[in-house]
Amino acid sequence: MRTFGYDHVHGVPDALRAGTDPGAHYFAGGTVLLDLMKLDVMQPGALVNIGDLRGQLGAVALDGDGLHLGALARMAEVADHPAVAQHYPVLAQALHSAASPQLRNMASLAGTVLQRTRCSYFRDTSWDACNKRSPGSGCAAIGGVNRHLAVLGVSDHCIAHYPGDFATALVALGTTVDLQGEDGTRSLPLEELHRLPGDTPHVETTLRPGELITAFHVPAAPWMRRSLYLKVRDRESYAFALASAAVALDLQAGTVRGARIGLGGVAAKPWRSHAAEAALVGRRFDEAAAEAAAAEAFRNAVVHEETGFKPELGRRTLVRALLDAAALEV
Amino acid sequence: MDIVLTINGREHRLGVDVRTTLLDVLRERLGLTGSKKGCDQGQCGACTVLMDGQRVLGCFTLAAAAQGAAITTIEGLAGDGAPLHPMQQAFLDHDAYQCGYCTPGQIMSAIACVTEGHARTEDEIREFMSGNLCRCAAYPKIVAAVAQAKLAMGHA
Ligand SMILES: Cc1cc2nc3c(=O)[nH]c(=O)nc-3n(C[C@H](O)[C@H](O)[C@H](O)COP(=O)(O)OP(=O)(O)OC[C@H]3O[C@@H](n4cnc5c(N)ncnc54)[C@H](O)[C@@H]3O)c2cc1C
Ligand code: SF4
Ligand code: FES
Ligand code: FES
Repeated sequence: MRTFGYDHVHGVPDALRAGTDPGAHYFAGGTVLLDLMKLDVMQPGALVNIGDLRGQLGAVALDGDGLHLGALARMAEVADHPAVAQHYPVLAQALHSAASPQLRNMASLAGTVLQRTRCSYFRDTSWDACNKRSPGSGCAAIGGVNRHLAVLGVSDHCIAHYPGDFATALVALGTTVDLQGEDGTRSLPLEELHRLPGDTPHVETTLRPGELITAFHVPAAPWMRRSLYLKVRDRESYAFALASAAVALDLQAGTVRGARIGLGGVAAKPWRSHAAEAALVGRRFDEAAAEAAAAEAFRNAVVHEETGFKPELGRRTLVRALLDAAALEV
Repeated sequence: MDIVLTINGREHRLGVDVRTTLLDVLRERLGLTGSKKGCDQGQCGACTVLMDGQRVLGCFTLAAAAQGAAITTIEGLAGDGAPLHPMQQAFLDHDAYQCGYCTPGQIMSAIACVTEGHARTEDEIREFMSGNLCRCAAYPKIVAAVAQAKLAMGHA
């Protein structure tokens, strides 16, 4: 690991001042950073330890507007929070299915949302070609080992998948993210935080330099109780998704009044499928309706050498998730 | 940089390179070699220790960032001549290892699994112990050991 400056800050203004230095990275749980620094994939000039901001930015609160999650709350505490499990089951399940208990004790919500692709070529610097790691170098995964990579939102420059579970559920539910920079605060839909790769896969988010994520707001809505997260992977636990679906349904007398659908493990960024939602709303819910929605979700899928199975796996995952959600007693 | 760590109830003052992980301090500086380095990459759980009672990975914790927390390692569970912790005893009773390399991490993780309340059923034990890999695949006996120890630890 290369050396770095280290700053342990105690308040938001100090964090913003230190975080604006070129090369500085906020250090929350550190489980993405230390991982990629040990691999020499990331080389921060300085780490700004924001762990102490947890007192100010770590609360979990539920009110009439919805669920408010401090960006520094830890994955484990939110996963086990009774209000989250009761009112937003899809969020609790996505968190429980992610990483391991040890990692969830360390990791923050902001950190998990900002985690980086697990593309093997990105993680292994002995491969020269990776547009995400070194812009303009090419993409070793196209024509290489790419079974885990994405089929939605990919480009000719990068087919990396976004691997996280929690952001997939958050984005489906129409979450807003609060940001704070030296020039003030702003909020944006989480859907606009991550960028598609296009021809600049190394630019992954719309965060401005030094901007700090402070909170996530998940709206209240009639479909939140009837929600779940289904994750399909190579082993039953402690593995990233090959395909996952975050679904929330408002069913009234058998008709879909509202639907929210997120797809994980198959897309270049946390993926909300508006097309699948539109295919469901207003329809009588049955297996054919679920299949029609799943077909819409993967209509524009682009497959490579080893990802031919993914649209079908993704469709089946979504159909099963929708059928399971419809069968829930809420 | 100069840091102060509280490990198994004792304060240690030491000068470290900023890159040093908690796991490397334990093993290389303090001679506490119970915590193991399996992958050094956050994947195997062999380095699991408790920080303020919560299980974390020593290989993914910067020593500098571990200041101020009460750190417990496998060496801190039972004093010299004192009886073993119920989890240690359960691992012995069930022969819940072969080579033993993963065992300190398994035991630290298992204690937290019980105190978190995530050991209510065997399925739950399997799920909430999945962050600790065992290349010898002693898994069935590890599950049995955790199920025994949780009762001795006063949990249902
Ligand atoms: C072995 C292993 C298995 C895993 N399996 C899964 C899995 O199955 N599913 C899954 O979803 N995840 C998985 N993960 C990823 C895990 O969820 C992340 O490592 C973790 O959540 C990151 O959180 P952190 O707080 O440690 O991030 P950090 O490493 O502290 O930060 C990550 C990035 O976010 C930035 N950052 C952090 N906080 C802020 C903030 N408040 N504002 C702005 N920027 C910020 C940092 O600068 C850094 O660039 C796995 C990880 C490992 C190592
Ligand atoms: S898919 Fe993206 S991350 Fe993977 S090698 Fe290609 S450019 Fe790099
Ligand atoms: S050595 Fe820390 S998880 Fe493997
Ligand atoms: S006993 Fe050998 S690795 Fe677990």
